[in-house]
Amino acid sequence: MAIKVKFKDKNDDFYKKIVELSGEQVALCDQCGTCSGGCPFIEEMDINPSEIMRKVMLGQKEVMDSRTMWICASCFTCTVRCPRELDVSKVSEALRQVKLRTAIDEISIADISKEEAKKLPTIAVVGNFRKFTG
Amino acid sequence: MKTGIFLCECGGNISNTIDLENVKEHLNDEDEKVIVKIHGNMCSGAGQKLLIDEAKKHGLDKIVVSACSPHFHEKTFRGAMKKAGLNPYNLEIANLREHCSWIHKDIPKVATEKAKEIVDAAKAKAELDYALEEKMMKLGNEVLVIGGGIAGIQTSLDLADSGKNVTLIEKQPTLGGKMAILTKTFPTEDCAACIISPKMAAVIDHPNITLHTNTEIQDIAGHRLHFEAKVIKHPRYIKDSINMDQCLICNKCREVCPVSQPNYWEQGIMNREAIYIPAPHAIPYKYLIDAETCLHFVDGSCNKCAEVCPQNVIDFGQKAEELNIAVDAVVVATGFDIFDAKRKPVFGYGKYENVVTSLEMERIVDHIVEKDPPRKVGKRVAFVQCVGSRDKQIGNEYCSRVCCMYSIKLASLLKQAKPEIDIYIFYTDIRAFGKGYEEYYKRSQEMGIKFIRGKPSHFTEVKETKQVILTVEDTLSRDIIETEFDLVVLANGLELSKSSDIVADSLKLAKSDDGFFKEAHPKYKPVDTLVEGVFLSGTAQGPKDIPDTVAQASAAAARVMATLAQKEFALDPVLAFVNSDICDGCEKCLDNCPPKAISMNNEGKAEINEALCLGCGSCITSCPLEAIDLNYYTNKQIYAEIEASLHLKKENEKRILVFADNNTTYRLIDACGVRKMKYTNYARVLRVPSVSRISPNLIEFAFAKGADAVFLGDSPAKGSHFEWANKTTQNNIKTVLNKFKKLKIDSDRLIFSQFTAADLMKFINEINQVAEKIDKLKSIPEDIKKQLFPKEK
Ligand SMILES: Cc1cc2nc3c(=O)[nH]c(=O)nc-3n(C[C@H](O)[C@H](O)[C@H](O)COP(=O)(O)OP(=O)(O)OC[C@H]3O[C@@H](n4cnc5c(N)ncnc54)[C@H](O)[C@@H]3O)c2cc1C
Ligand code: SF4
Ligand code: SF4
Ligand code: SF4
Ligand code: SF4
Repeated sequence: MAIKVKFKDKNDDFYKKIVELSGEQVALCDQCGTCSGGCPFIEEMDINPSEIMRKVMLGQKEVMDSRTMWICASCFTCTVRCPRELDVSKVSEALRQVKLRTAIDEISIADISKEEAKKLPTIAVVGNFRKFTG
Repeated sequence: MKTGIFLCECGGNISNTIDLENVKEHLNDEDEKVIVKIHGNMCSGAGQKLLIDEAKKHGLDKIVVSACSPHFHEKTFRGAMKKAGLNPYNLEIANLREHCSWIHKDIPKVATEKAKEIVDAAKAKAELDYALEEKMMKLGNEVLVIGGGIAGIQTSLDLADSGKNVTLIEKQPTLGGKMAILTKTFPTEDCAACIISPKMAAVIDHPNITLHTNTEIQDIAGHRLHFEAKVIKHPRYIKDSINMDQCLICNKCREVCPVSQPNYWEQGIMNREAIYIPAPHAIPYKYLIDAETCLHFVDGSCNKCAEVCPQNVIDFGQKAEELNIAVDAVVVATGFDIFDAKRKPVFGYGKYENVVTSLEMERIVDHIVEKDPPRKVGKRVAFVQCVGSRDKQIGNEYCSRVCCMYSIKLASLLKQAKPEIDIYIFYTDIRAFGKGYEEYYKRSQEMGIKFIRGKPSHFTEVKETKQVILTVEDTLSRDIIETEFDLVVLANGLELSKSSDIVADSLKLAKSDDGFFKEAHPKYKPVDTLVEGVFLSGTAQGPKDIPDTVAQASAAAARVMATLAQKEFALDPVLAFVNSDICDGCEKCLDNCPPKAISMNNEGKAEINEALCLGCGSCITSCPLEAIDLNYYTNKQIYAEIEASLHLKKENEKRILVFADNNTTYRLIDACGVRKMKYTNYARVLRVPSVSRISPNLIEFAFAKGADAVFLGDSPAKGSHFEWANKTTQNNIKTVLNKFKKLKIDSDRLIFSQFTAADLMKFINEINQVAEKIDKLKSIPEDIKKQLFPKEK
């Protein structure tokens, strides 16, 4: 079912925030889809990286509800292939920052069991906290 | 000698800031041999009349107009000079408006003092001006067209029809360029060979066209409607004659030739022998031997063709011929190369056998209806758009314009021939811009060709089947598609042909950011170049389809006709000359003139060819004896200008002497004035054709006379009228800086900077920085100045 989207006055603020945080001119995205076609985690995502670019470009804040930015592994496949040389993974990173700066953690440390924590390599734990917690 | 000085108020633009009465007093004080007049608007009819009347009344022979930039009214006042019976080159303009009153509005007193020096400098130079004659050069009827693709063919035919004598040079052994490789053409689907053949034949038959195929440009010297080209005509190894003993095209030679090589005109999908005719529609329709693969040349093991030839026309001893061609105009029609997809390995081209280029596909489709086609295509074919175009990664950000349409064409032709084949076109945008193109696109959709909006990201080969799997997002449905294809066709973009470089280098033609040849103006001079007498035709200027190529080719021909119709043209007399009394024939200057205008005459003295000299002045420093000089900007004049620009300097004052090249930096400084952008009042700006003309002696003299800094501004080599000049400037600077080192003078005092027309802020920032720096430095001591310029002038 299609939803109706309204362009709001504040749309630009969200767009500018992401541009500032990522350092990428998201509006330059050509919507060619190269990033999505190459993404190794695409099957886990609810919307494609190129769709993230599209929504950010139009300032649609709803993009924050998507899981894609949390799935993104920062593997840079998209980044090295984008014909407009946009760093797509940085955009995901910027979206995560926006969320985490509201001090909402994506994972809870308390939820990890002792056994699980033992099995995980330290670097993975640190990396995960860096990526998922505010 | 009497000099008339006319101080223009410019309706207050000058006089509201500068006290012209005060300037007038200063001038009269200095010299009784001058007449000074103030007028409201010198450029008006009344102002010009004043100049003419005063000149006649007082018998003036030199004129200074102090007004706006020479780029506004130099022409106007030169006209008035003529009316007054004076030589137009006995005129100097003191630029008080752009370089003084507009930028120093808030410091009128300082501006008035600066104005005195500006007018003094103009006066000093005017007194040394001398009459210069604009020589009239005859124009002939000879035109060189480089490149025999459809562009070069069309230009040649139009020119020949209008009575011009055309020499057409084509590197390949046949005319036609890429069009000779195409199957049918969009959107009409008429066969390329059928529509280009009559044109190629017309070239051969035309009495006004001399065609040289298999011929390459080695060098072209000249500019300004006088060029000399050196070309090398490679041997075909077949005797050429109009008599009965010529080749009969009996094909016996080909039948015995043991060599088998990919044929370029079949894009390698079919082979040819070492002795071959390029294509069935080749013009000239003649055999040639490819010496690189012919066994006679490779190892001497074969002689078969010569043995069977009934006419005995095979001549392995034939030599390359060198030809010199003198012409009045040159048309560059050197065309394009398709993007080499190996430069982006992700496409798998060259690695996967079922990934082909668009040109290969042209040949594949051309043969597809044959019973046993040389290359089969399978059941499922994908076209991948924007290969090597619109891609920042490989540095081609432009759209190649034709590849959407040719993919639609190739897909349509394939579908019509083999309806059972599934065809997909993966695109980012479909650009169907031309007449009938959108309709053609629609028809292809009706045929069942599927268009998917997405750029394939992965290309992988299935080892067993050699199929190619594409992974791509359908950006409209957001589905990720992963499907195998029997054939993947790359829509290679267009780049300027590599063989154009020799032409670019020898004619000093500029290229635009996309790498194609740059036109003189993107809107009003789309086929002219910045080199007078050189024009662009076809895809050498940018990607184009055939209709646009032909239109532009005819436009180039028309521009040549209009140019040559002048019959003669006036040569700007601002050119270098040699003082033969001083020249000792050392030949040091010869290599320092890239337009090759300097040669040695029979008396062993250097001589400047006026038709070739561009008046940059770069040669001047190469002469150890100062024997070379430049009209209107002589050494004497510049010494005088420097001295006058500094002669009112007081103890606590500072001066930056700015030498600005006439084409870019001077105009840029004007533009700062027009925008009333303030900058340091230390600056005194002197105009030169290129700052390479400012020899180390002149720079040292400026410091000796009190300059605290010297600022040289020129345009960057790329796109400059004098591409070579900056090298000379850098050498000149090196010489001075070496001296600075010995004398312990701060190297910050000498600046060389390069500007484009838009660098206004850059200029302002840099000149202000220099001012700040010299404020901090102590003045150069008198004895050091003396050592810097010991000669008494
Ligand atoms: C795959 C493909 C399909 C196409 N299909 C169509 C179509 O269906 N319809 C359409 O309108 N357009 C089509 N085009 C575009 C069309 O090919 C061009 O518009 C046209 O060929 C341009 O002609 P040109 O003379 O400018 O360049 P070229 O055809 O490249 O000719 C340049 C010539 O200059 C010669 N040359 C280069 N350097 C030198 C030198 N230094 N000295 C001497 N000679 C030199 C070259 O050998 C060549 O013969 C297609 C292009 C491609 C790549
Ligand atoms: S690859 Fe680049 S241009 Fe293409 S859709 Fe992704 S971000 Fe946009
Ligand atoms: S001599 Fe050369 S061209 Fe002639 S048949 Fe032998 S290989 Fe072929
Ligand atoms: S014409 Fe089409 S395929 Fe070619 S570069 Fe432009 S958009 Fe891409
Ligand atoms: S460098 Fe000077 S002296 Fe030597 S040949 Fe040239 S003009 Fe004559």
